[in-house]
Amino acid sequence: MSYLTVDKTVRSWLLTTDHKRIGILYLGAVLTMMALGGLFAMLIRIEHLTPGPTIVSAYTYNRLFTLHGITMVWLFMIPSIPTTFGNFLLPVMIGAKEVAFPRLNLASFWIYVAGALVTLGAMLAGGVDTGWTFYTPYSASSPSAVVPTVIGIFIVGWSTIITGINFIVTVHTMRARGVTWMRMPLFVWAIYGTSIIQVLATPVLGMSLLLVGVDHYLQWGLFDPARGGDPVLYQHLFWFYSHPAVYIMILPAMGVISEVIPTFAHKNPYSYRAIVYSTLGIAFVGFLTWGHHMFVAGMSRFDAGAFGILSMMVAIFSAVKVFTWSLSFKQGAIVLKTPLLYAFLFLFLFIFGGMTGVAVATMSLDVHWHDTYFVVAHFHFIMVGGTLTGFLAGLHYWFPKMFGRMYDETIGVISVILVFVGFVGTFLPQFLLGNAGMPRRYYDYAPRFQPLHVASTIGALVLASGLVLTLYNFVRALRRGEHAPDNPWQSRSYEWLTASPPPKENFTKSPSFSLDPYAYDQPLENAHA
Amino acid sequence: MRELHADHFESLEVQAHAARLGTWIFLCSELLLFAGLFTLLAASRAHDPRGFHEGMTHAARTLGSINTGVLLVSSTTAALGVQAMRENRPSRAFWLVLTTATLGLVFLAIKIAEYAEHIDEGILPGGHGAWFASHADAPLYWTLYYLMTGIHAIHVFVGMGLLVWTAVRVRARLIVHETSYKLDLVVLYWHLVDLIWIFLWPLLYLA
Repeated sequence: MSYLTVDKTVRSWLLTTDHKRIGILYLGAVLTMMALGGLFAMLIRIEHLTPGPTIVSAYTYNRLFTLHGITMVWLFMIPSIPTTFGNFLLPVMIGAKEVAFPRLNLASFWIYVAGALVTLGAMLAGGVDTGWTFYTPYSASSPSAVVPTVIGIFIVGWSTIITGINFIVTVHTMRARGVTWMRMPLFVWAIYGTSIIQVLATPVLGMSLLLVGVDHYLQWGLFDPARGGDPVLYQHLFWFYSHPAVYIMILPAMGVISEVIPTFAHKNPYSYRAIVYSTLGIAFVGFLTWGHHMFVAGMSRFDAGAFGILSMMVAIFSAVKVFTWSLSFKQGAIVLKTPLLYAFLFLFLFIFGGMTGVAVATMSLDVHWHDTYFVVAHFHFIMVGGTLTGFLAGLHYWFPKMFGRMYDETIGVISVILVFVGFVGTFLPQFLLGNAGMPRRYYDYAPRFQPLHVASTIGALVLASGLVLTLYNFVRALRRGEHAPDNPWQSRSYEWLTASPPPKENFTKSPSFSLDPYAYDQPLENAHA
Repeated sequence: MRELHADHFESLEVQAHAARLGTWIFLCSELLLFAGLFTLLAASRAHDPRGFHEGMTHAARTLGSINTGVLLVSSTTAALGVQAMRENRPSRAFWLVLTTATLGLVFLAIKIAEYAEHIDEGILPGGHGAWFASHADAPLYWTLYYLMTGIHAIHVFVGMGLLVWTAVRVRARLIVHETSYKLDLVVLYWHLVDLIWIFLWPLLYLA
């Protein structure tokens, strides 16, 4: 009896403490947020089809890009992979029955829902026009609904912290026999590193945003130069969270890729340890790079140099990962399926986005690109491209595990192609726009930018069609997909050594793993729980 | 006998270990929250040393210092409560924990008296209030004073709630000698709240 069929009442779902069901609840919630954020993005792109007003006013446009950012960052990308696959798979991958604190886990979900509702309510109450960064002093005087929005994000932050604590403790205390630190599936390491960032960075954001709310509501002037406050100080506090937040988004995606590549290359990772240490390296160095967002906000040349060099260290760890993944294909038996195609797409976007990241980490170049579409294209390539393709790779890869059904491979491949063409079509023109001087967040633009804006909008439409097709594929699979075998990919990783979908206790008896999760040199029969 | 640990844990030791680790990580998260505020304080002070000096000379040093004593004594009674629980003397532990919570209440009462005095003088956060009409120094010190002591007071309030709840559970035998770690964790939080005050006190009151 699987976790899906053990009790079918609505109540049993909404009040479940089963980490797998909580993962599914989160999946529904983050997909809804992604659709909403995507809708805002489409409206922005349609607005930019012509210079000047197209479909919305300038004020509405400002609110749209703010809501797009807030929804995508805090309600979709930050929770996306950790709360869905992390919740569902982390305990299974270490052979545990549950996460360490199941009731807190459920609380985390409902806190997320409450925070999301407050944030969405703020959108209905007029929205915000400050940009997702809430830069002071404007955010203290903006006429829009700043206070409820920051309260909503503050609440979501609680959910993030609770989930992070839960995962760290689960990894430390709940591992089954045979699952030593250096034999945990790499996805577990990725979630572990992410959780550390979540726990340490989120409180700083929560506090900073509350202060913005206080400044706005009570006019305390903490960051207002007219009252002796320092607006750049706000930026320091904000980016101390928001830069590591980029790694909250990308590390879990890297974890998914580290699972997908060995499974579909049928080969162990070229170096398990290189991936583990680079994950921890990124989690650590990620805390020391925030200043590169502020090169033009008034920063000494020494500071700028230091932040630039520290930022480039992230590229070193990232390169270690990319080379390790690439070398893992050597002498593998590669099976080209949708998850692996998404992993290739991840590598392409990650390398491209990463290289442009090194470029904008140098102050001299950043002065030219700062606050232009170049930066917008850069972070969409690396952060969105990375998270989205990782999320989609994981969704296809673990769909049989979660629901016991197979998606349609042909539709899967077509959707990968559409997402690839759409993504590059949307953001490649934006690199060119930015380099030519198109500033970000502007409502209007010079007529000479129009062809590239139109190209970007067409790309966005293709991307959206790819995502809609993906959704159709999954809905179709849920209704009449083939029943999945327990281990459709012949993986050695621990989550595949139990039934698909798993029973409520994850494994029918207490598992003890004899083989390493990437032991592809051993016959499949030897791998059992 | 009733099972003392939840069934997804192998044993009570593992459960206690998990709870301890979780609490310590949560305390790290709390520290980072205050770290943001301390950064704000340090940067603002460097920005406006004169205003800070004037503010601190005017601060209610006596009340602030008494409150430091109150919190230190409360941490002692809390630690004695933990010790009592380990010695399997739940009744003694109950009274010690309740005393700790009461001292928290005393702390908050003194804090409110202190705020009332300042508000009477016309000192409000954000440079609002009559006091600033006659005093030229920047309002940043006072804004941060209210902000940081206020957020700390919220933590004291939450800690008191946890202490009372734990005391009741000790009384009702829901926390017993074997599960005394549950009291440890609440007291750990209380110590953190105390520790943060130990830094706030010199930084805000002692010019």
